[in-house]
Amino acid sequence: MKDVCLDVEGKRLIDRVSLTLFPETISLFMGPSGAGKSLLLRLLHGLLSPSRGSITWAGRVLDDRMRKRQAMVFQNPVMLNRSVLANLTFVLRLVDNNHPHVAMELLERVALRQHARQPAMELSGGERQRLAIAKALAVQPEVLFLDEAMSHLDPPSVTLIEELILQQQRQGIKVIMVSHDLGQIQRLADEIFFVHQGQLVEHAVAQTFFANPQSFPAQLFLQSQSWSKTFYQE
Amino acid sequence: MWRIILVLVIFMVGWVGFLHQPLAQGKFIVLQSTTSTANSGLLDYLLPIFERETGITVHVVAVGSGQAIRNAMNGDGDVILVHARQDEDKFVADGFGVQRWDVMYNDFIIVGPRQDPAMVRGMEDAAAAFKKIALSKVPFISRGDDSGTHKMEMSLWRIAGMDPTQASGQWYRESGSSMGATINIAVETQGYLVSDRGTWISFKNKGDLEVLVEGNRTLYNPYGIILVNPKKHPHVKAQEGQVFIDWMVGAKGQKVIEEFKVNGESLFFPNATKK
Amino acid sequence: MTDLSDVFFLAISLVLSGNNDLLEIVALSLRVSLTAVGCAVLVGMPLGAAVGLGRFPGKNIIVLFFNAMMGIPPVVVGLFVYMMVSKSGPLGWLDILYTPTAMITAQFILITPIIASLTRQVIEDLHQHHAQQFRSLCVPRHVAILELLREGRTSLLTTAMAGLGRAMAEVGAVIIVGGNINHLTRVMTTAIALETSKGDLALALALGIVLLAMSLIINSAVMGLRNRAPSVIGTVS
Repeated sequence: MKDVCLDVEGKRLIDRVSLTLFPETISLFMGPSGAGKSLLLRLLHGLLSPSRGSITWAGRVLDDRMRKRQAMVFQNPVMLNRSVLANLTFVLRLVDNNHPHVAMELLERVALRQHARQPAMELSGGERQRLAIAKALAVQPEVLFLDEAMSHLDPPSVTLIEELILQQQRQGIKVIMVSHDLGQIQRLADEIFFVHQGQLVEHAVAQTFFANPQSFPAQLFLQSQSWSKTFYQE
Repeated sequence: MWRIILVLVIFMVGWVGFLHQPLAQGKFIVLQSTTSTANSGLLDYLLPIFERETGITVHVVAVGSGQAIRNAMNGDGDVILVHARQDEDKFVADGFGVQRWDVMYNDFIIVGPRQDPAMVRGMEDAAAAFKKIALSKVPFISRGDDSGTHKMEMSLWRIAGMDPTQASGQWYRESGSSMGATINIAVETQGYLVSDRGTWISFKNKGDLEVLVEGNRTLYNPYGIILVNPKKHPHVKAQEGQVFIDWMVGAKGQKVIEEFKVNGESLFFPNATKK
Repeated sequence: MTDLSDVFFLAISLVLSGNNDLLEIVALSLRVSLTAVGCAVLVGMPLGAAVGLGRFPGKNIIVLFFNAMMGIPPVVVGLFVYMMVSKSGPLGWLDILYTPTAMITAQFILITPIIASLTRQVIEDLHQHHAQQFRSLCVPRHVAILELLREGRTSLLTTAMAGLGRAMAEVGAVIIVGGNINHLTRVMTTAIALETSKGDLALALALGIVLLAMSLIINSAVMGLRNRAPSVIGTVS
């Protein structure tokens, strides 16, 4: 279980962000492009190290042992140039859990079983991202990061992945994600962190946030989003 | 992973070793030879006969006489067969060689274009012919590689009292290559050159070059054979090397050298003094 | 000069005659160069990958050194190896001068920098692509090196072929350390040099055509293999 303390003090990109995350919920970072949401995710996962400040997980400094209990899905999934199954077994081997039935079970869960022997490079965008999810799940993480993992995906893939995320969360896994899709945010998020120009400007429970955003940038952002949505619908 | 690499490296070394092994077996000597004896085909003709009779294989490294002697001074060879009399004597005097044996001779010739712009055809005096070539500034292709032929050419220039290297790059061109490559250049540039008769007769790309000057005493070209001194280089196969030398200067070797002909012409004339 | 059609005819009749000497020379060329490339791949690829992935002081100097070594003339390598393995050299006791082993050594030294340098580039590019993913999964360094080498297999095959090309084509190094000894260390290129210096330009050119044909056959074999490779390798594991 994670009691997460985050205290980042960066130069310009991330500006004195302090926050605490609690287990078993879906925390969602939102904000305009370039606000630093993805950077925050990478900092939390230890892909970047803070230039100032410190990040601790359950009171301990983030190290490889801790990171092995986390997994991340990126916006653009990176595949190895081999079969779907081989991509998955590569991860399974890393965590010493390489049994054929485990791999096939995972592929089943992301509806890729029939593609197991196909080269991963030939998959569609949605299929790739599903494979990336399977790879993340293969780690059996306690914390799952998703960095705009569902942008530009086909609706069935999005639905499937959303279901998997909720399922993980119900199993007690902490989910930390970045998303642009307001509908999706409302469907999934327990709590919202609103990031603007490298600063954390608002933190609220999801319903509260949408009903009554406190900070000015968040109000502006929600307005523009809903406005553009109506604009496109007409 | 490192274990895999280690295994592969060991395998590779083993493989190379395996390739290496059979080649090192059997009796053989390394002969550092001047190119003329090898390129003219004499050694190809003579060595199989020797190998059949004695069971000793001869590995021929054909380089210029100068380099052959230097390689032998490094200990990289058992016997040398060269034509650079002064250097040979020095090689023996300095203790690198055991003893120099006369084995055969032929002669150098001055070759040039058929039109003979320097007008040296039929001249008796090689040095005088050189002088004429220099004065007419027609291309002259020198080996320029410290080989036996090159040394002989330089001594002719000395006799003529000239230093052609001052015109190096103009009419005097140093190829820095083998006899054959030098002839190839002369064919293309209509130049003059000095060649040993053996290489010339067996050479296949003569173009319209011809022998213009020959038969002069100064053009005498003796070949010597020397065993590399085992006192300097203990690994030298003195016994097998001496067998080869004895055979070359003996009745059989001398007869084979005499028999060797290209286009009906003798290329080398045996002149061993032993036996 | 002999005209080119004659040369071509000579080349074909050389091959068809199944001349033993020619076969021997071709076989030795292949044996020497393939072995040299094999060794160079074993050393150069992990080395290039390690340099590509590593971040250490002096990395740029190593990269620069490899790149510069790619252009080194074979003769210089030949002289260097000669001075090492000559009886008067520090490694004279190995007794490998004027043997194929010395030729393999020289070609190995000649092409390892090429393979290491090109591998470094391939791996560096691939690493940029995979770095975050690997970091996220805490992939150990040696596994990362192996996986990236495997990822870049098509490019690396081309790299190995470039090495083989240089090894098979060079004459300067092998003629010095091999001595061009008949039936022992005579390879295609030294045979060509020899025939040129004998003035038999037609035969030299014909041998050149045979060498070119060898190179064509090897390259098309590799290309055929490569086109089949992804699916095969992909399904195996």
